[in-house]
Amino acid sequence: MQITNKIIEKHGLKIDEYKKIQKLLKRDPNLLELGIFSAMWNEHCSYKSSRIHLKKLPTKGKQVIQGPGENAGVIDIGDDDAIIFKIESHNHPSYIEPYQGAATGVGGILRDVFTMGARPIALLNSIHFGAPDHPKTKNLLNGVVSGIGGYGNCIGVPTVAGETKFNETYNENILVNAMAVGHAKKSKIFYSKAKGINKAVVYVGSKTGRDGIHGASMASAEFDENSDEKKPTVQVGDPFTEKLLLEACLELMKDDSIIAIQDMGAAGLTSSSVEMASKGSLGIELELDKVPCREENMTPYEMMLSESQERMLIILEDGKEERAKKIFDKWDLDFVIIGKTTNTKNLTMKYKNIIHGEIPIDALATKAPIYDRKWIRKKPSKCEVNLKNLKKIKLEEGLIKVLSSPNHSNKSWITNQYDQMVMCDTVQRSGSDAAIIRIHNTEKAIAVTVDSSANYCKSHPISGGKQIVCENWRNLISVGAKPLAITNCLNFGNPENSEIMGEFAECLSGIKEACEFLNYPIVSGNVSFYNGTNKKNIFPTPVIGGVGLISKLKKPIGQYFKAENSFIIVVGKTFGHIEQSCFLKENFSITDGSPPETNLTNEKNNGEAVLNLINKDLVLTAHDVSSGGLIIGLCEMSIYSGVGIKINKPKILSNLIEYFFGEDQGRYILEVNTENINKVEKILKSNNIYYENIGKTQSKYFEIEGEMKSDINELYKINNQWYNDFNAVTNK
Amino acid sequence: MKSSVIVFPGSNCDRDIAVALEKMQFKNQMIWHKETTLPKSDLIVIPGGFSYGDYLRSGAIAGKSLIIDEVIKAANDGCLILGICNGFQILTETGLLKGTLLRNKNLKFINKDVHVKVTNNKTKFSSKYKINQILKLNVAHNEGNYFTDSFHLETLKKENLIAFQYCDKFGNINNQANPNGAIQNIAGIYNSKKNILGMMPHPERMVDKLISNTDGINLFSSLIN
Amino acid sequence: MKFSVTVTLKKDVLDPQGKVVQNTLFNLGLKNLKNIRQGKYFEIEINEQDEKKAENMINEMCQKLLVNLIIEDYQINKLQ
Repeated sequence: MQITNKIIEKHGLKIDEYKKIQKLLKRDPNLLELGIFSAMWNEHCSYKSSRIHLKKLPTKGKQVIQGPGENAGVIDIGDDDAIIFKIESHNHPSYIEPYQGAATGVGGILRDVFTMGARPIALLNSIHFGAPDHPKTKNLLNGVVSGIGGYGNCIGVPTVAGETKFNETYNENILVNAMAVGHAKKSKIFYSKAKGINKAVVYVGSKTGRDGIHGASMASAEFDENSDEKKPTVQVGDPFTEKLLLEACLELMKDDSIIAIQDMGAAGLTSSSVEMASKGSLGIELELDKVPCREENMTPYEMMLSESQERMLIILEDGKEERAKKIFDKWDLDFVIIGKTTNTKNLTMKYKNIIHGEIPIDALATKAPIYDRKWIRKKPSKCEVNLKNLKKIKLEEGLIKVLSSPNHSNKSWITNQYDQMVMCDTVQRSGSDAAIIRIHNTEKAIAVTVDSSANYCKSHPISGGKQIVCENWRNLISVGAKPLAITNCLNFGNPENSEIMGEFAECLSGIKEACEFLNYPIVSGNVSFYNGTNKKNIFPTPVIGGVGLISKLKKPIGQYFKAENSFIIVVGKTFGHIEQSCFLKENFSITDGSPPETNLTNEKNNGEAVLNLINKDLVLTAHDVSSGGLIIGLCEMSIYSGVGIKINKPKILSNLIEYFFGEDQGRYILEVNTENINKVEKILKSNNIYYENIGKTQSKYFEIEGEMKSDINELYKINNQWYNDFNAVTNK
Repeated sequence: MKSSVIVFPGSNCDRDIAVALEKMQFKNQMIWHKETTLPKSDLIVIPGGFSYGDYLRSGAIAGKSLIIDEVIKAANDGCLILGICNGFQILTETGLLKGTLLRNKNLKFINKDVHVKVTNNKTKFSSKYKINQILKLNVAHNEGNYFTDSFHLETLKKENLIAFQYCDKFGNINNQANPNGAIQNIAGIYNSKKNILGMMPHPERMVDKLISNTDGINLFSSLIN
Repeated sequence: MKFSVTVTLKKDVLDPQGKVVQNTLFNLGLKNLKNIRQGKYFEIEINEQDEKKAENMINEMCQKLLVNLIIEDYQINKLQ
């Protein structure tokens, strides 16, 4: 078939890129080869627009066993234990079919983790939707939540933490980011680097169907007369099969049969075989007739590019085939040797004994294009918000507005749909700054959390980037964990637009600065560009997933007040930064202005001091202050605990709105009992930590001296009303 | 006491129950569903999870597996059988327990801690509990809405075969305390010989203070006696 | 007028449920079994005498709610 410009374009390739392909091959590619180039050279697989920026990120540290570049990142948590984790986006598929899109997103990230030998022990997610009153939002929200639950619940991995946010920027492009965390023995980690020639290349898992073949390219009628039949089909998740695949892989991993293993994710068989061969500087030869197919008459093109789920590619040691096959038979999964490693350094695809395509591996991997795309700096917001020019709002009124807003309303109607307890190691479920998962059969635990702040990043990408890393760090500290490392999912608009590329570059430089300062390296991640429609890009939304270590597990302190008559201490200084706050957004729809500045030195000192206090058992409760400021932080601690508070009139700021709703960074709220208050103050003072003693806990009233006194049960109701109303209204 | 936990493809609370049984000093074995003989056991547990992905109907396909014939034989010989969550669904599909588990009335998966009342404490599964004792247990299911015909319901009541009922924290059995719409707030039932217990809540999730509470322990300690 | 609507997954879309049911029936000894796909079935009665109009209405119901057009196909049959 003649490769026309139209076919090239349908494959998402630029004419320049096509010329590069011709040069690398020293001939024209055929359609199969073109499809393979298109899959490997697309943004998702090649990181062509992001790579030069990603390279600058800190990825090393004493705690890092494996940084970016493998299926997932690996960190050391002492003894022989390692934690393997990664976050990934499934934005576009979830917008098309929310249930299946979200489900296969969870399935994909789980495979990334167990491919490396880890048993998955926790799932997290960060999901962003359009405005609640947008006609598509309800269906997308409910579909995504059921999809995440459907997959995680069935496979039996607890979904323990996450965030759900609404903003009209996601009206036409929702974000569904899923993170998986697994545990492995350090001595039993599996990588994707092929070694040795003539080793068996084995296909295991589900059969290959025409799922998701090459998204953009297949709609063209020019390809084939039966084009209608060959439109890309939505991938359907099969958590049941994945559970079998998980158990079978872990069983096989008990000995040393496996040389290399790679999950067939995006671009399926193509990327998995290229990845393994490329890392080992080898070639790979596939006999496509042997690929287990779900449909009749599948072509080599379809087999190579299918994105059917729940499949893996394994390179086996000699003589291990029989044992391995037995294991996969036991679990009723396909196990077929479909090829071998070679010394040709080519990807060779045979079908019915004829070579249908042959491409040098390095042309697909190391020689893929890299772009230093033009980017421009964001101009800082000139707008300054002066509360004096706005209608005066009472504290209580402002609080109710925020508590009842979609973004701040209680999300237990979501978390109640996820099995958080299965595996019986969930020490802290949702409803805290971070979840805590015990390492099975040990006294150790990890804490995990995900965070994003798209409005901060939009307004000032560098500050925003710094802020998310710090908030994530704080969330781990608040539950008594030492933060170890992060994974990031970088959701951005169109990188060919220099403003968007600027948002990307600047967010990353903020992330980099914070990670370096906090010794909080990035060990894995994913970039998702082209979020948005033609002219309207989404807000830059980097999502950070963090993992921390609790070396000696105790009953978690949580974020709910424990007793009446305790002292309430705020660690970190309140400046009253009200721009970009949710107070202004919910009460005045003002979204201009700059985000709060993040002072890394304070952040680090405050965090380390708080962690020290928690480790010494001197605090009853801890909670980080983030979106919504002090008052929302206090509310979250109070209304779900049944314990009220009485806060004194602030001594340092005259404007109450700024004091209570300002979103200054680096702050924590601590509950300390009478017995320990002196010790706590002494430790804070001796470390030069700024803190305020703002009041005490009391029975059932949320009280701010001279300003408001509300029954916490009323505030509880207000915080839990939004979803009911939302469902009721849109059901009509 | 010897126990056997039957593992189906898609079972996912098998490890959890094994941990709980071993903690309570049972000598436990895991039995893969393709096996055709059962080791001699005092207790057989069918664990929670999504056997066969819950496809077709939850429990339906596991109910047709080879090992189930052995379970039925053992049950008829008086062996103690405990089905938790998906295990309860499987027991109803095999006919060892009557009734069925419909989709939750809110049509959503539910995972939360709920209160249940011990309706009968005179069985081998419940002797260590007090009558009407209120337990806090965790539920995690899509189909936990127990339903049975009125004739069988009468039998359940008359023969004292209701094991647990959902209640509020004060012990009131009412609609608000019913998480899934189960008839008469039924959370678990016995067969007429009271050697088979099927229940939706997970007692094995409640044996460790650090994770939750220890309200599930007495179910296992009742059995060990 | 009464219609039935049969909803099935599109031809190339993976049907995990159908696959498991098929394997189970095969293992139960029904060896001639070639393929099973699972679907949904609706019976719908409407107050409309004109068959064409009625069918259009059913069609609309399918498109608007009953069928997930991204992954499912449907077929309408007149019963009465």
